Amino acid sequence: MSAKEIKNLEDIFEAKIARDEKIEPKDWMPEKYRKTHIRQISQHAHSEIVGMLPEGNWITRAPSLRRKVALLAKVQDEAGHGLYLYSACETLGISREELYEQLHSGKAKYSSIFNYPTLTWADIGAIGWLVDGAAIINQVPLCNTSFGPYARAMVRVCKEESFHQRQGYEIMMTLCNGTQEQKDMAQDALNRWWWPSLMMFGPTDDESTHTEQSMKWKLKRKTNDELRQQFIDQTVPQADILGLKVPDEDLKYNNETGHYDFGEIDWSEFWQVVKGHGKCNKERIKARKEAWHNGEWVREAAMAYADKQDKRTTKQTG
Amino acid sequence: MKKNWPLWEVFVRSKNGLEHRHFGSLHAPDAEIALNNARDVYTRRKEGVSIWVVESKYIKASNPDDNSELFDPADDKAYRHPTFYDLPDDVEHM
Amino acid sequence: MNNQNLTHYLYGLADNALILGQRLSELCGHGPTLETDIALTNIALDLLGQTRSYYQYIANLSHENLSEDDVAFLRKEHEYRNVLLVEQPNADFAYVITRQYFFDVFHFLMLEKLQNSKDLNLKAIAQKSIKEVSYHKRFSGDWLKRLGDGTELSQEKVQNAVNDLWVFTNELFETSKADQTVLKELQIESPETFKSDYYKIISSTLEEAKLNVPEVTYFQEGGKQGIHSEHMGYILADMQYMQRTYPDMKW
Repeated sequence: MSAKEIKNLEDIFEAKIARDEKIEPKDWMPEKYRKTHIRQISQHAHSEIVGMLPEGNWITRAPSLRRKVALLAKVQDEAGHGLYLYSACETLGISREELYEQLHSGKAKYSSIFNYPTLTWADIGAIGWLVDGAAIINQVPLCNTSFGPYARAMVRVCKEESFHQRQGYEIMMTLCNGTQEQKDMAQDALNRWWWPSLMMFGPTDDESTHTEQSMKWKLKRKTNDELRQQFIDQTVPQADILGLKVPDEDLKYNNETGHYDFGEIDWSEFWQVVKGHGKCNKERIKARKEAWHNGEWVREAAMAYADKQDKRTTKQTG
Repeated sequence: MKKNWPLWEVFVRSKNGLEHRHFGSLHAPDAEIALNNARDVYTRRKEGVSIWVVESKYIKASNPDDNSELFDPADDKAYRHPTFYDLPDDVEHM
Repeated sequence: MNNQNLTHYLYGLADNALILGQRLSELCGHGPTLETDIALTNIALDLLGQTRSYYQYIANLSHENLSEDDVAFLRKEHEYRNVLLVEQPNADFAYVITRQYFFDVFHFLMLEKLQNSKDLNLKAIAQKSIKEVSYHKRFSGDWLKRLGDGTELSQEKVQNAVNDLWVFTNELFETSKADQTVLKELQIESPETFKSDYYKIISSTLEEAKLNVPEVTYFQEGGKQGIHSEHMGYILADMQYMQRTYPDMKW
């Protein structure tokens, strides 16, 4: 194809997205669109399945049967969400195995928040409340993103996630209505998870490289800073209801803007964790690799069985 | 030789009277496990009463490049739709 | 009906589901594929749901204003009545599947009888649970065949699991004096009555899976009497951690 023809196709393609039409897997798409989507969707999928680990850490220790089943169902949902997203990604011509390979080798990223440890039961509450809260803000706009399979996966994810944040907030609420020791536990969890949650929205707008392109392709509807502000505005009153103090001395409601002003985020910590120096980066990847490696003989056995069955059927009918 | 589990497409009937609808896909080594997996992955919230699974490679899809010849010719066949026909206002329910 | 006997009997049912559910919960996030991970978690959730029904029933019988969690979490090791089979560790996927299948077949046959119980609570729990367990049995049975008739390696691994876990199967059929009283009063057929069916079903599946039926004549038991394996203490240490560290709090 000549450069002119490609340009022409690209124009038609961009116009289609601008008209809010969806792009489906077999449609022509610019190579950059395909690559960007593989990167973003797989990163999202990896985050779901790595995200199972910090919460999974508490399933066997959950303090009541009701909490245990809720947490188990939630972590299971995350496996499901990973599965939906890997499937969406596979429509772009890459296999789940290749995507895993990228995760295991460290080539692919996942949300840094999951490299923080879950130290107490209150962390399970804080993750549901803050981390899922932030994730929902990031994810809801993706239900209208331009790539059909991604948008459809996100509709399902968002629908299923509606109980996750409530689950977390209810845990926090119970702790805050409990003994002093429980309140302290809740406050400590908020102290540790607050700033990492704010970092989930990514670098500030002037540092962010992908924003403009992502807006055009509806991978983003609002900028990182706008989303972060939305999260803070909605979460601070929730902390007030719990009677917990958000660990930010500069946090203050601004009557003029109608938003909360907040303190400086420690971006050096963010980049350290992204680079692999979080408390749990190594353990998380190790756990994923082990699960995959330990399952290899199982996957092979099932394929061998399927082959034998096929041959038996062919023999009978042939 | 290493062989990965193939991809399957999952269709679920949400309740009797409705058609099976495409729900998504998954990996499975064979049809039986695909059906089990589909049940476990896609009907955890009572989403269905019947499941079909089909290995993705058996689906033949039309090519979007052919869309103009396949689908545009239907554009100008307004006579296939009831609104194409004029009826006096007195005739009701037709 | 003597509440003490009934409670004792119910613990036998409930603790099996709890401890196996707990074991399966350990696997969440570590399965051989995402699909299998989700499936095993579904089984864990079913078992934990069943266990809650039994514990709620026990709590109601107690007249001491106990909660399901009090009875689930706050007993000493020797007071748990689960069989040794369900506390065996997740050594690998072959053990997980074999343990599951050995338990599922028993569980299914047991619930069939329980469905006809004169006790309406038990009847209702059994009627709900048997649908779930019917699928568990299908799932674990399907996998047992694949592992047995898969590759040389998988056959070796699953045969090892079968050999190791076989010795725990006989205990499933054991009943205490109190159990027998309850079974008689509630007109539930004793597990002894379906023991030969159990071994027939298991043996025919093993055969279909190209696996050998172990020739073991000595069986391990003790769990039902509260004498557990060394694994049990660690399961409880994990499970009771919060309740023991922070007594008398609501979560």
